[in-house]
Amino acid sequence: MIRISNAQLWVHDQEEALAFYTEKVGMEVRSDVTLPEMDGFRWLTVGPPGQEDVTIVLMAIPGPPVMDEETAGQVRELMAKGFAGTVFLTTDDCQASYEELRGRGVEFSETPEERPYGIDSGFRDPSGNSIRLTEVRLPAEV
Amino acid sequence: MAFAPPARHLLRARDLADARYFEPLSVEDLAAAAGLSRAHFSREFRRAFGDSPHAYLLTRRLERAAALLRNTDRSVADICLSVGLQSIGSFTTSFTRAFGRPPTAYRAAHPPASRGALVPGCVVRAYARPQHRTFREDSAPAPA
Repeated sequence: MIRISNAQLWVHDQEEALAFYTEKVGMEVRSDVTLPEMDGFRWLTVGPPGQEDVTIVLMAIPGPPVMDEETAGQVRELMAKGFAGTVFLTTDDCQASYEELRGRGVEFSETPEERPYGIDSGFRDPSGNSIRLTEVRLPAEV
Repeated sequence: MAFAPPARHLLRARDLADARYFEPLSVEDLAAAAGLSRAHFSREFRRAFGDSPHAYLLTRRLERAAALLRNTDRSVADICLSVGLQSIGSFTTSFTRAFGRPPTAYRAAHPPASRGALVPGCVVRAYARPQHRTFREDSAPAPA
């Protein structure tokens, strides 16, 4: 059976991303290891408490030789424009989560709104990645 | 407002301890979240959940610290602060009481975090390549 284990987000700054996802969004550090044999590569993952088998990899944009400068610049630019990636989070109570996160300084680009699939809101991480926060409420089956 | 059973207020305090353990939370903060006086809150919390609020918050922090010792290569001091505890001395004492050995020994008794990091092969391939490429096959400089 195929399951999702990790998904990766590019981040401008791993420390800043770590503080954001743990202190503001409320996730936990799952792994934080720097590997000298990989030129100081830092494997940094976070995940929501209670969902132990899924993590987000907070991946620094590498330089040469892993990624050439031009490509790295393009990735940074895409992130700055908000086109690099999206994480879709769900919550039991969108309004309450929205207020909680906003209270911790998360700037929402979309406040909770009714949609056909529930209540949806959205914010950005410090790198510009788009994060959706949705209370899924499917219409009752007839 | 709909009537909420008293335990709902206590749960709010417990949720706060679970979610914000890394902040300088105190039992007073938890009592305030439950809307109860400190003494009354501590008594009611213990009756509802079996532990005092102080013990609940501390064990949450210690559980997180143990996970960080196993899964990260951060220093003990850094881990102590990142779970909301200020004093390394009392962290070491409570950790030892809870886990039977001090933080450094606890870490040493587990496989190194780098082994559990499960860095995918594609990442290893990209980052572990040697960086110096001046091999003999490269075109040699023209003889002088």
